[in-house]
Amino acid sequence: MNGEAALALALFTPLAGTVLIAMSGQFPNLREMFTLVTAVLTFIFVASLYPLAVNEQVVRLELFSMIPGVPVAFRLEPLGLVYALVATLLWIPNSLYSIGYMRGNHEKHQTRFYSCFPIAIASAIGIAFAENLFTMFLFYEVLTLSTFPLVTHKGSTDAVRSGRVYLGILLTTSVCFQLFAVLWIYALAKTGGASGTDFEAGGIFRDALASNAVSPAVVGLLFFLYIYGIGKAALMPVHRWLPAAMVAPTPVSAFLHAVAVVKAGVFCVIKVIVYVFGIDTLKLHNLGEWLLYISGATIIIASLIAAFQDNLKKRLAYSTISQLSYVVMAGALFTPLAIFAATAHIVAHAFGKITLFFAAGSVYTAAHKTQVSQLDGIGRRMPWTMAAFTVGALSMVGVPPLVGFVSKFYLLNGVTESWTGASGHFDEAFVLVVIVASTLLNASYFLPIIYRAFFKPLSDEDRKHPHGEAPWPIVFALTFTAGLTLAFFFWQKPVLALAELVRRAAV
Amino acid sequence: MQMVLDYYNYWICVVLMMIGFYGVMAKTNLIKKALSLSLFQTGILVFYISIGKVDGGTGPVTVEGATGVVYSNPLPHALMLTAIVVGVATLSVAMAIIVNIRERYGTIDEKDIEQMELESNE
Amino acid sequence: MEWVHKHLPALIIMVPLCMGLVTAIIGRRGAGWYMAMGTTAATIAMAIQLLVNVLNTPGQSITYMHGNWPAPFGIAYVIDPLNAAILVIVALIAAIVTMYARKSVASEISVGKLHFFYGLWLFCITGLLGITITGDAFNLYVLLEISSLSTYTLVALGKDRNRRALTAAINYLVLGTIGACFYLAGIAYLYMATGSLNIADIAARMQDIYATWGTDSPQYQKTVIAGFALMAVGLSLKLALFPLHGWLPNAYTYAPSAVSALLASTATKVGAYAFIRVIFTLMGVDFAYHLLRTDVALLISSAAAILFGSFIAFRQTNVKKLLAYSSIGQVGYITMGFALGSVTGLTASVIHLFNHALTKGGMFLALGVVAYRVGNTKLQSLAGLGRKLPFTMGAFTAGGLGLIGVPLTAGFVSKWYLVSACLEAGRYELAGIVLVGSLIALLYTWKVVEVIYFGKRADDAAPMREAPLTMLVPTLLLIGGSLYFGIDSSLSAHIAETAARFVLGGTP
Repeated sequence: MNGEAALALALFTPLAGTVLIAMSGQFPNLREMFTLVTAVLTFIFVASLYPLAVNEQVVRLELFSMIPGVPVAFRLEPLGLVYALVATLLWIPNSLYSIGYMRGNHEKHQTRFYSCFPIAIASAIGIAFAENLFTMFLFYEVLTLSTFPLVTHKGSTDAVRSGRVYLGILLTTSVCFQLFAVLWIYALAKTGGASGTDFEAGGIFRDALASNAVSPAVVGLLFFLYIYGIGKAALMPVHRWLPAAMVAPTPVSAFLHAVAVVKAGVFCVIKVIVYVFGIDTLKLHNLGEWLLYISGATIIIASLIAAFQDNLKKRLAYSTISQLSYVVMAGALFTPLAIFAATAHIVAHAFGKITLFFAAGSVYTAAHKTQVSQLDGIGRRMPWTMAAFTVGALSMVGVPPLVGFVSKFYLLNGVTESWTGASGHFDEAFVLVVIVASTLLNASYFLPIIYRAFFKPLSDEDRKHPHGEAPWPIVFALTFTAGLTLAFFFWQKPVLALAELVRRAAV
Repeated sequence: MQMVLDYYNYWICVVLMMIGFYGVMAKTNLIKKALSLSLFQTGILVFYISIGKVDGGTGPVTVEGATGVVYSNPLPHALMLTAIVVGVATLSVAMAIIVNIRERYGTIDEKDIEQMELESNE
Repeated sequence: MEWVHKHLPALIIMVPLCMGLVTAIIGRRGAGWYMAMGTTAATIAMAIQLLVNVLNTPGQSITYMHGNWPAPFGIAYVIDPLNAAILVIVALIAAIVTMYARKSVASEISVGKLHFFYGLWLFCITGLLGITITGDAFNLYVLLEISSLSTYTLVALGKDRNRRALTAAINYLVLGTIGACFYLAGIAYLYMATGSLNIADIAARMQDIYATWGTDSPQYQKTVIAGFALMAVGLSLKLALFPLHGWLPNAYTYAPSAVSALLASTATKVGAYAFIRVIFTLMGVDFAYHLLRTDVALLISSAAAILFGSFIAFRQTNVKKLLAYSSIGQVGYITMGFALGSVTGLTASVIHLFNHALTKGGMFLALGVVAYRVGNTKLQSLAGLGRKLPFTMGAFTAGGLGLIGVPLTAGFVSKWYLVSACLEAGRYELAGIVLVGSLIALLYTWKVVEVIYFGKRADDAAPMREAPLTMLVPTLLLIGGSLYFGIDSSLSAHIAETAARFVLGGTP
């Protein structure tokens, strides 16, 4: 298949799926079949781009121009492919999981639920392969809006309030900061202040800065606007939307708010660092050091908050915030190897976190429990679920042989690469301290859950309400993702090949 | 003082306009308001008519064979015919609305109406 | 056919004017609507033909002399890309809203008055088209009054539903007349200085006057400045530029639904057009912006309008009033664009004129459906209507997204151009205000959207069906248009840019 066609199909298959799903609302089985088929097909199309990316072929697709001179265009790019692959691959188990979860909990408006999902996927793919700043912004916004009905799915007062926080923070940051930065760069590009508005290895400001067509202060401001314009990266203090979004049904939290949406955030951050500003530029003019400290602080603070959450999903959400900042922090080291680590961590965290959420949803479906303190002894009733949970949690901590270890390993490598530099080593020391401290914190809030589940006895109250495992689609899905977490430790080459390409682009 | 006398025509229309404008702003009785509006318009009519007058000019009717005759400008006068019609139409629409207000509210005083709306709290 | 083509500029005014009179006399018992519909359909055909003609004419300008009197003496109609585009907007919206009006108006106005209603409706459209097409400053005043007088009456006809329409109408009448009088007085001053009423002619003579200003004996300096100031204030009142917007909220709120939609999407737009004409063609940018610094005043007003209008909108509990205040904010975007005085800025203004006409028009129509089905437009009446009126409320929501300026809606395209224009001019604070304005728009839109989709409908509420087709189709047409021009803005942007270049190219 030729690349353009695969790219187009990857974008349009989910949209076609939405139409089919919406039309087959009367027949749940048919509807769910469409969901699964769409998920599998989308993954196949995205995966078929892999060889092209590795061979560094140019695959470009221009759809239309919303505004004359500002095309909506896509281009195959290794970092984007990593993100798209992770998102579409995990959509398959998630679709299966959704079926079990939505039916098991007798949720209403399931057709709406299933129709919104593919739109979110399509916009995630759009973000992944965006060729220019505008296209990325466009799909970023579509992703926000298409997930809003999913977040407020329950329609309760609580859901509406959370929806407000969700939309409020994400749209405020994207409109006030990101759009502003996008428009500013487009204006700069017209006057030669930037070499273009397409993503470009090495950044678009290098020549302009060299020729003094734009001042470093402006670029620094733009960088700030961009980082905080990408609210989906949940960098403190714009992280509040993520815990708020936990009001959504678990498949949404698991897939969107552990994979697609939040990864879109950190993906955009890395992409912007590498392809808009350029790590050399940022390092040369010392424009992004603040980001290192902000993300480091986010890691620690979010971990601390997570440790005090009793609600399981909330705890996972804060853990996600902290893990996202790992990626941002790696990006903010501005060394090629750290960019490599960031890419790997996008993958590693996705597999681990989706497993954890799946487990949380499984517990909710089977036992209707949402709090950590209620989980005493549940491991004996739900062995598969809690085993998967353990795998996910250990991967978060970074224990080998799990994928979490891989990314942490490369991150430490990145730090040492930068350590050999001539300047003071305070930054690197800070990163090391953060990594060590957060690893301990991760262990401190995940291990007690595992201990409770397997080693504490069931409470008397629980003994009266026997229950077993969750429905089989749920168990299957979470076992599958736990397996992936394990498998990727041994079979990391494909991802690392792409990460290597990103690293080279960054130089 | 000299300035006032030199430009007395302008002063007249300015005074007329301001009386009208004051009435529009200050009066609460809607009919008085509408009449003030009319006065305001009349001020502008006078203004137009006075700028059409040329010093020492005669009526704009061509005199056979005469040379060196200065004519006043008839165009502003013609324009004002149109403006008068507009003014009359405005006044009549205003009156029609006021009649309706009187039917529905039982009063034509703005303050009373405001009070009634506050009480009905629509 | 040849004859029609030749006299198209006159016919586009004469046909609705005459038909208005005929409708008022013989349009009884439903016939009025057919006459109005036929007339507006003909108008849109003429408007589009005119636009095509203008774009294909070398020099992009057509001058039509009434009664073959040459330009400075007779009344001339001048069509260039800018007003041809506005003509199309007005005619298009008028036709679509007329289609909608039939059922909506029949439910809001007593049958005995329908022929008057449609007569006035056509007069109003005549006036709006006339303001746009005329090349004569005084003729513009007359047409302004034709549209205004019919509008006052149309607003007052909302009295059958709510007597406050009457007070809104008289308030509008008073302020509208004052605005028109200011404009009239302004023309008088310009006439004193130039001795002409033809816009092109005044503009030409004004150059001679400006030429003397640097010298020892400046001619008519105070006269011209006073004239411009009066016209500017008069027109600002007409287009409801903050802080002269006082008449607008109540007039829009209590007018019959169809009238609100027509006014919101055309009346203020035509006012903005007249303002652009006065600043760019009549007085010239050099005078208005560089000499008098009117742009500073305009920018401050626009910024205040955006923030204030949007914020007050957020506090409303009547959705129609909310939209009315939102219109005040949106007018701010339009004036901000042309206040920047650049090609991009003017393009932003023109494109937003069009986009906002579609979006806001569509939203008022959707709200008219609520008024038709529920009986009022209070916020709590919309609770849970998302299920009962899925298409109408979907259209309303899409329109709301357009007001916010979410990508893939027309509002985004306008905002893109406007912010680009601000950045090009180096006015970063204005760009910030525009973006903050969109966030406040998010607040007030979401306030309504939440009620629509998450509100609980009273259990004892009567069953309700989706809007009748004659109301639904126009609503979807307008909103669909706003989405279409959000996805592919090449047509609208091309016309807007051509218009902007023409207008700015015409001034040295």
